[in-house]
Amino acid sequence: MRYAETGYNLEVDLSRGNIEKVATDPRLTELHLGGEGTAAKILWDRVPPEVEPFSPDNLLIFSAGLLCATPVVGANRTIVSTITPRNNLHKSSIFGGYFGPELKHAGYDKIVIRGKSPNLVYLWINNDKVEIRDASHLQGKGALETGELIKQELNEDKAQVAAIGLAGENRVLLATIEHFNNSASRGVAPVMGDKRLKAIAVRGTKDVNIARPAELYGKFMPMYQEIYNNPEAGDVCTLRAYEGTPGLAGGMLADGVIKWHLENFSWGNARERIKDYWSKERKERFLAIEESSQRRRTGCYNCPLDCHFQISYPGRQTYFTKCYSPLTYLMGAYKELDFNYDILGVTQEYGLDGYSTPQVLAFAVELYDNGILTDEDLPGFPSDNGERFFYLVEKIVRREGVGDALANGISLAARQIGRGAEKFDHNSIKNIEQEPLKLGRMNYIYYLMYATGAKASVVQIEGSYPQVPIPDKSKREEYVKKWDAAPERFKKYFLEWEPRQRPSIEEAVNICDWNETMHYIDDATGICAFLSSFNGQWGPRVPYHIHNLPDFISHATGMDLDSDKLWEIAARNRNLVRAINVRRGLRRKDEDAPEDHWKERDYEMRAKLLDAYYEFKGWTNDGIPTKGKLDKLGLDYVSKDFIQMGILTGEEGIPSKESSAEKKQK
Amino acid sequence: MNGEKKKKVIRTINIDADKCNGCRACEMICSAFHASPKYSSTNPARSRISVNFDPLNDIFIPVMAGEYTASECHGRYTIILDGKKYKECAFCRASCPSRDIFKEPDSGLPLSCDLCEDLEDPSLEEPLCVQVCQNDTLTYEEREEEMVEEEEPGDLEIGLEALADKYGLEKIMDTVARMSISKKG
Repeated sequence: MRYAETGYNLEVDLSRGNIEKVATDPRLTELHLGGEGTAAKILWDRVPPEVEPFSPDNLLIFSAGLLCATPVVGANRTIVSTITPRNNLHKSSIFGGYFGPELKHAGYDKIVIRGKSPNLVYLWINNDKVEIRDASHLQGKGALETGELIKQELNEDKAQVAAIGLAGENRVLLATIEHFNNSASRGVAPVMGDKRLKAIAVRGTKDVNIARPAELYGKFMPMYQEIYNNPEAGDVCTLRAYEGTPGLAGGMLADGVIKWHLENFSWGNARERIKDYWSKERKERFLAIEESSQRRRTGCYNCPLDCHFQISYPGRQTYFTKCYSPLTYLMGAYKELDFNYDILGVTQEYGLDGYSTPQVLAFAVELYDNGILTDEDLPGFPSDNGERFFYLVEKIVRREGVGDALANGISLAARQIGRGAEKFDHNSIKNIEQEPLKLGRMNYIYYLMYATGAKASVVQIEGSYPQVPIPDKSKREEYVKKWDAAPERFKKYFLEWEPRQRPSIEEAVNICDWNETMHYIDDATGICAFLSSFNGQWGPRVPYHIHNLPDFISHATGMDLDSDKLWEIAARNRNLVRAINVRRGLRRKDEDAPEDHWKERDYEMRAKLLDAYYEFKGWTNDGIPTKGKLDKLGLDYVSKDFIQMGILTGEEGIPSKESSAEKKQK
Repeated sequence: MNGEKKKKVIRTINIDADKCNGCRACEMICSAFHASPKYSSTNPARSRISVNFDPLNDIFIPVMAGEYTASECHGRYTIILDGKKYKECAFCRASCPSRDIFKEPDSGLPLSCDLCEDLEDPSLEEPLCVQVCQNDTLTYEEREEEMVEEEEPGDLEIGLEALADKYGLEKIMDTVARMSISKKG
């Protein structure tokens, strides 16, 4: 019997209309856990580098995390993996809610979609009965509206639906897959649109088995209560919106996260910070708008926290906010909260990413203001910034006129538009818009995370090590005493960290490695990053960490696991994703932070950091995993391919520094 | 026994649906508790509590499985309350032919909330759904009331009654007789 997982994937070929239930190899769970990890294995095996993102041969994989549907609190993530048209590289994007657990109960760990349907369709998975159904009547329907319409026509209130809106249907690269209060962004939805798959509806009524019931249950109730009562757990953007918790994150969250974002993130096309923006009057105005439009806070499956606001703005369909999405449009357009709530009512139903889209809109406004886009490109372009945003959204989701270029995101659009537009593309990495942060002093750890991350967004990489030090040494000592999450070396770094002091290169490399490792674990297990990989930075009490996760995973799955083994699995997944990208051409030349991210432009230090990080990872100086590293992780089949393709000679050897650093951690 | 007045403990789960955030941990843990062996599997479809929800209309109503009913109601009703339109049967607790909830998914046999009665486990002073519900959507209360006591049917009896309604008592008795003969043979 398989525990925690179902042991089956659903293989759907939309070109032929073929559906198969395929048993999976349990050894892959031992090697990769599940989620993004096992999906990367499928992408490596079945999507050769010459396959274009919009080819029928590209795969779109929906994976329920390994622990979804078990009693492990907050394990509810669905991971969508594919080759994205944003940059022709591997991308996985994660969404919460109920979809992953429902898929498990239907009897599947993954849905692997290949081919391309001739007409718009949706997939209906009802346990063993799976149908590809016509969706022509759903064309152009809103993403959440589609979910409701499908549930009605199936007469299945309990079905869970993930759907794209008009943006995804039109292969807008900024599109999202929407499910209840969550969405998958960063370039996976356009592949769903390209396959002409409007939605997936799933209903499952089967058991998911637990290997060690008594042990896991013994951990469930205490963890459920701990997460509810832990001020460091959950999405601080919503849970600490106006009133922060002074002790958290070295005071970073003391005045609430809304103020922090408004004053520290940049407005417009990632251009300027407005310090002292926040005031008592503004706060009152914001709260009044929220009071009139927020109805309820909602959570995800099997988690006591309610990190999402349900918004009902006059004239708009109900939607749910995520993270700091209530601020991204207003900051892009220099507006206020009512504008943001209003436009989200439109963009959520079109299925547009709330982080990239406002930056693309601000970029277009900047191009117009600088005469690069003209009235010929934008006939009847309004003068008000807010109206301009609404105008541009309509052009983008329909790919009309210049909207066709803008729909591809800033980097690709800038190249398509030309006329000097490239100069205004200043905040992207690997063609993907980054958080609009523009700061003074270079941060070594963040440089590495921005440059080398495979997740396209720093929030999907950062999170275990605090962002700021604690000035008072005795408080630091107290912190470290309570810090169960941290392997010993990070406690040492933190104890010695004085204000304004920068980490050594070795420290930066190790911290980057720890941060990303935790995300690779979550993205395999399906545990929410707000309870784990992202939230270690706020304080010492993060619910899940490298030292307690092995027990949860072992009790649920029956696997024999400890912290070192878990770390190794994360490294294996990291390297396999890296290998997919290397095989598709990713090299050192592609890895950098946005040039103006920091005023301090220390190019020499940037190079030194990359050198050290690659060496630590067991990669060549060009960022390619070496044969030694790959073989050690059991990825021999990758090194064999690399040598055959001439990517490696095989003579690169096992880098010595990395293995000694790995030993040190133990 | 019937007709005698006795003091009875009335056990009540209070539901404050305005507080529900839709986490459905109540469903998960209910299904795990009633699994055999205990906690060996999860399956909200086997849960005796169901969060009936309609998120776009701000409706999240946890409902515990009540009695089995052999036939659905004559006619249905919907309610609009505080401007929110509740779907048919949104508040109903019955295991009923009109819908799938509160039935064993494999056999279709009805499920009924037993308030996690387990005399051997002192940690179950409150039903597990209440214990897990951190924001007090579900709270629990006991009070004594003098009333005419009736014997409560057990799981087997409820199941048999459902089968009897579906196939007729005679057919079930025939089947049981045939089964016992074939087992002996």
